[in-house]
Amino acid sequence: MGFLRQGWNRVRAFFRKGPLDADLDAEMASHLEMAVEENLRRGMAVEEARRRAMARFGGVQQAREKQRAARGLPFVDVLGQDLRYTLRTLGRDAGFTVVAVLILGLGIGANVAVFSVVNTLLLRPLPFPDAGKLVRITTVNPPCGESCRTYSADATRELQERNRSFERVSGYFAFTSADNYKLMGRAVPLPVTGILVDQSFFQTLGVQPVLGRLFLPEECLHSARPTVLLSYPFWKRQFGGKRDIVGQAVDFNGTPVTVVGVLPDTFDFGSVFSPGAKVDIFTPYVMSDFEEDGNDLALVGRLKPGVTMAQAQDEANSLFPKLDIDLKHPEYNANYHYTGQLIGLKDYVSGKLRRSLIVLWCAVGMILLIVCVNLSNLLLARAAARGKEFAMRSALGANRGRLVRQLLTESLILSGAGAVLGLAIALGVTGFLAHQGSIALPLLSSVRIDGEAVAWTVAIAVAAAVLFGLMPALRMASGNLQEALKDSGHGASAGRRHEGLRSALVVAEIALACVLLVGGGLLLRSFLHLLDVDLGFEPARATAITLDFDDGQKAAARVAQWQEIIRRVKTIPGVETAGISDNLPLSRNRSWGISAKGVEYRPGELQGTFVFIVSPGYLPAMGMRLKEGRDFQWDDADPVVIINETVARKLWPGQDPVGRIARAGGTDARVIGVIADVHESSVEGEAGWQMYLPVTSPKFGPEGAELVVRSTLPAGTLAKSVMATVRLIDPGQPATEFRPVQQLVDHATSPRRFFVLLVGIFAGLGLLLASLGIYGVIAYSVMQRTQEIGIRMALGASRGRVQRGVLGKTLGLVLAGLVVGTLGSLVATRMIASLLFGTEATDPLTYAGMIVLLMAVALLAGYLPARRASRIDPLVALRTN
Amino acid sequence: MGDSKLDLLQGTLDLMVLQTLAAMGEQHGYGIARRIEQVSGDEVLLNQGTIYASLVRLQQRGWIDAEWGVSDNNRKAKFYSITKRGRKQLQEDAEYWHRLTAVMGRVLKAGTRE
Repeated sequence: MGFLRQGWNRVRAFFRKGPLDADLDAEMASHLEMAVEENLRRGMAVEEARRRAMARFGGVQQAREKQRAARGLPFVDVLGQDLRYTLRTLGRDAGFTVVAVLILGLGIGANVAVFSVVNTLLLRPLPFPDAGKLVRITTVNPPCGESCRTYSADATRELQERNRSFERVSGYFAFTSADNYKLMGRAVPLPVTGILVDQSFFQTLGVQPVLGRLFLPEECLHSARPTVLLSYPFWKRQFGGKRDIVGQAVDFNGTPVTVVGVLPDTFDFGSVFSPGAKVDIFTPYVMSDFEEDGNDLALVGRLKPGVTMAQAQDEANSLFPKLDIDLKHPEYNANYHYTGQLIGLKDYVSGKLRRSLIVLWCAVGMILLIVCVNLSNLLLARAAARGKEFAMRSALGANRGRLVRQLLTESLILSGAGAVLGLAIALGVTGFLAHQGSIALPLLSSVRIDGEAVAWTVAIAVAAAVLFGLMPALRMASGNLQEALKDSGHGASAGRRHEGLRSALVVAEIALACVLLVGGGLLLRSFLHLLDVDLGFEPARATAITLDFDDGQKAAARVAQWQEIIRRVKTIPGVETAGISDNLPLSRNRSWGISAKGVEYRPGELQGTFVFIVSPGYLPAMGMRLKEGRDFQWDDADPVVIINETVARKLWPGQDPVGRIARAGGTDARVIGVIADVHESSVEGEAGWQMYLPVTSPKFGPEGAELVVRSTLPAGTLAKSVMATVRLIDPGQPATEFRPVQQLVDHATSPRRFFVLLVGIFAGLGLLLASLGIYGVIAYSVMQRTQEIGIRMALGASRGRVQRGVLGKTLGLVLAGLVVGTLGSLVATRMIASLLFGTEATDPLTYAGMIVLLMAVALLAGYLPARRASRIDPLVALRTN
Repeated sequence: MGDSKLDLLQGTLDLMVLQTLAAMGEQHGYGIARRIEQVSGDEVLLNQGTIYASLVRLQQRGWIDAEWGVSDNNRKAKFYSITKRGRKQLQEDAEYWHRLTAVMGRVLKAGTRE
């Protein structure tokens, strides 16, 4: 009770300093007067009476301070003093302050930005309720692309009915292409991307609409009136966020579709399931419409409470082989066996990125370490310069704790300012990243600076302040008073002690920078290798546009229309050639089967084969290389097929496949050509089995249409004339975007580009900071030894000799750092070995290059002070001081 | 080391001030300081100024009250008086001191016999 009251009174007193001080002064004045009076009464002379009274009272100022400390908050007062003092000294040393805050800002900013990315992609659960229970269901070691990772409508229905592990199992149609719908009712139809989802898809994820409701079971039947759910951004953009849109009919592809609801802003399908894709609408997946289409649903499940992943996997191991691919065609079931591999959805989404992100995190951590080492160094240099100031304060009665506290306050202020700057930098960076739709990283759009990131900022700012401030502070406060006061800079011994420590710090800095540079260099080389990969097609000068695709029955009419479009587009001046394919490489994929007719194959000998249904002219338009045979023609009569080299090698080893008959997509087809392998699903991976089937054959239904135009024209001009031509023939063509084919490649390499860019920036930053550190140490030691150098020059040392001496010292530091750094790199790069592409973790070229680079920059940093040292005029040097 | 010594002195001075006010009634800072010097037979060499830290502390704890008034010889001065709670505190502290000094005395005596 007493303490509470006292505490409260202390706080009140803290804020009423003025009146309380005045009160105390009046009280003490009256005290002294009474004392003088009494002394006078005792018969002392006036002077003596006053002197005695003062002596008995003790120091007025001391009494005042004691009383203040007793009544107020001395801790806060001291802090205030320290702050004021620090701001004053930092203000006086503006150059140092600016450099320190800038360095810290960069270091902290990079750390916070990367933390936000790591937190969003790796640490934080997915943005769904109880997301830990969500599981992605896929195949054990899928033998082909998407077709082998998905399940048929019948299999899905059976799984939903028979499983006991899941509260719900649902899925979405995995073969959607962008811009597959047209929003009508406007001058030009608007291309819209829609995904078909199973009825309970959103319930499984736990996504609730912000408006309206989700799909009802009866809306997922064949006869149901068409319904649609809108994504939040699409609703805002196209319908101005009008709430009365729910219940209204909107015209998609010429059919009125009723809007049943709007999904929340927090739900971004693309960022979780298809990084880099933007999805506008969702429509019901009608199971009965897809029963005979094979595998097309990507499945997600929500585990029942209390069911572990291992239990669910156990059940899957026995249940999945029993699932039927197609109940109407039991003969398919004999040849197709399902497996089920359960992966936590979070792992599925970002598991592959774990290592990259951890590497990134380590890289920025190293940057922060370098920043701290650098600042330690700068502070030590200041400490040496301020040694006398502190010795003086110490002599005047400041104890060691007080001095350390003062210095730590200084570091905290610096790192606080750095944190503010860093936060601003991180805000900019994360804002930029969140809007990079072209980077195929999951969840990137939800990267932002949140409370956790701010907490992280505070944490690393304080940690950094202690890290870089403590050593100089202890160093300084432990100084020998006498020595410091005596040592007024005459001897060279002044900074020796400091210098040893500072040199060690520089060596550490160079070593860290070396590790960063080597790591960055290896990743960069991997990326360059990636750009050199022979994709099997020439993305340059090829542009793709999604054509309005009529899914109706009029196959012949469609072929005629496409032939006409291609014919007319080819006549546009500047267009070399053009063609249509339903799929493009490095985007969605689908697999069918191919085999040589009349050959029996062992199980597992054949592979799912990527299928592209293409028009004549597509292969040259993509810049693909025909190795043997010929391209398709519009008048190819019987079914024909073009295979890639891999298929040719596997099915007809050592023979000429052209002219042979293959079983392709369930039909006999004559092989008319062999084409070079194309990287169909990733730039880094190997090419799989591929076959090309003609759009002209009614037996193969294309799923969409991408018009690829090869031209030297700039994209803008080309877009206008091609669009005009297409509209002439199909007025319903929506205003689809023209995409350079290079974009597909860039999209596929974007995660690596992203990491390389960041690690590269960090490595550059590390190099810059390390050279700053070297410069600081060498320049300081030259400054300290000005006199010594002056004497030596007076005694006959040549300029060259002085310069060599300074450079030699630099070289010593650099070499020591490089030895440690190279050893460190050999260990550290093992961690990134799996992230490299076509590059060994011990790539000698990278090591040599980075070491030379570091050495060159370091020597440059040492050369500037060396030059200054050699310009010292002995007379001036000896006269000053 | 230095800190604990200061604490002891601080507590001691506080107790002296309380006792002085309890014995003399209302009194100003100078009066309290003089009284302590006299009673202690000038054995306590007191910097009179330090008394003000003690006074403000006791006041904040609610053990004494303060009010500006006029002294005998017509001088403006701040007068302190002990509160009810202050008296209670004084009693407790005094008991504690008596016990402590008694124990210390016994222990030190036992030590000399060796």
